Amino acid sequence: MKLLTLNFLTCARKTCKTNPAAFPLHPREAELEQIEAEINPLLIQNLLPRINWEVLKTISQELGLPSLPESAPDSEDFMTEEGEPTQTLKDLHTLLMEMNVQNGKLVCGSCEHEYAIKEGIANFLLPSHMV
Amino acid sequence: MLPTPSTTHVSFDAIYEPAEDSYLLLDTLSSASETAFLASHFPSPSTPSPLVLEVGVGSGVVLAFAAANAQTIFGRADVAFLGTDVNALAARAAAQTVRGAVAEQAEPRAAFLDVVEGDLTSCVKDGEVDVLVFNPPYVPTETLPAPLDAEAMASPEVFERDSKLLELSYAGGEDGMETTDRLLERLPGVLSARGVAYVLLCAQNKPEAVKERIRAWPAGWCAETVGSSGKKAGWEKLVIVRIWRG
Ligand SMILES: C[S@@+](CC[C@H](N)C(=O)[O-])C[C@H]1O[C@@H](n2cnc3c(N)ncnc32)[C@H](O)[C@@H]1O
Ligand SMILES: [Zn+2]
Repeated sequence: MKLLTLNFLTCARKTCKTNPAAFPLHPREAELEQIEAEINPLLIQNLLPRINWEVLKTISQELGLPSLPESAPDSEDFMTEEGEPTQTLKDLHTLLMEMNVQNGKLVCGSCEHEYAIKEGIANFLLPSHMV
Repeated sequence: MLPTPSTTHVSFDAIYEPAEDSYLLLDTLSSASETAFLASHFPSPSTPSPLVLEVGVGSGVVLAFAAANAQTIFGRADVAFLGTDVNALAARAAAQTVRGAVAEQAEPRAAFLDVVEGDLTSCVKDGEVDVLVFNPPYVPTETLPAPLDAEAMASPEVFERDSKLLELSYAGGEDGMETTDRLLERLPGVLSARGVAYVLLCAQNKPEAVKERIRAWPAGWCAETVGSSGKKAGWEKLVIVRIWRG
């Protein structure tokens, strides 16, 4: 599962929907794998406004990745004058699009329920008594 | 005609095989009227990248088609795609279908995020989805089958397990609407302010009544039939309804 995906997911329990602690889900015992992907500069630029930077910082830290800048980069800094992707853009692309949690858990900060990730696929199905 | 994604790796013993309903979704999403609507609804490059969610991906044929043809369908390639299904085998197979179809495209390519196992939109954060697509289990049945838990998935009775998984793909309970109604109820929460949903209905689902119900939601919702197939005695067998805030 990509780190970008975590920007769009919360705990699946109804009672957690309105609790801010249910977002983001926290990766635990995560096995990370980098899977190369072609960079799409316009995509990163147009996704940036929807990315919760605080959340991305938290997740990166929890995964033991190098710490991110205090505030989100400016998309003006994504291309060199020659029209080549800058290191800033490349790093963000790697983080959002190439880093995958292959195995591990996602933990809800509100109810502490653990969702398993196996072979890159997260399972959000709940036993019927928990829905 | 845009190419149909390859699903040769998918086991149709346990996963819904692309059928008339799936193809109607492909045709509708790529029709001249819908591509024009979507391109003007999500103007590029001045608006943030849309997030597309398909609920109940099955083989992944619809999500793969939309992702591979993002430039044609949405008028932009900077679109992100996410899928869910209660069927664990479908989630895995669909991820492979989408990855394969997107890889065949020339750059720039759309972003395929993930397919996750989950019930409808339950794990998706509210207010984030810009385009939601759902080809639901729509056949009227006596009862609604329960999703399979880990134990049932690991059962050695593979034939029985597979037939339960297939039942989940078509059995819709009363009027064939029990699962679709649950999804519709969550739409105003799940969709972003600019969000649009495409939901497939069959004649027994009473599509005209469904549309009327949606139009009566508070805060002004629109529901229009934007695709149909299989005329039977003057009635369309299958329709695609587009739902959005007016
Ligand atoms: C009619 S099939 C459509 C499959 C595929 N989208 C297509 O068009 O070919 C319905 C799919 O929805 C899934 N499904 C059924 N109930 C669901 C639920 N509550 N949440 C998520 N997916 C569900 C089934 O497993 C099945 O894959
Ligand atoms: Zn929770």
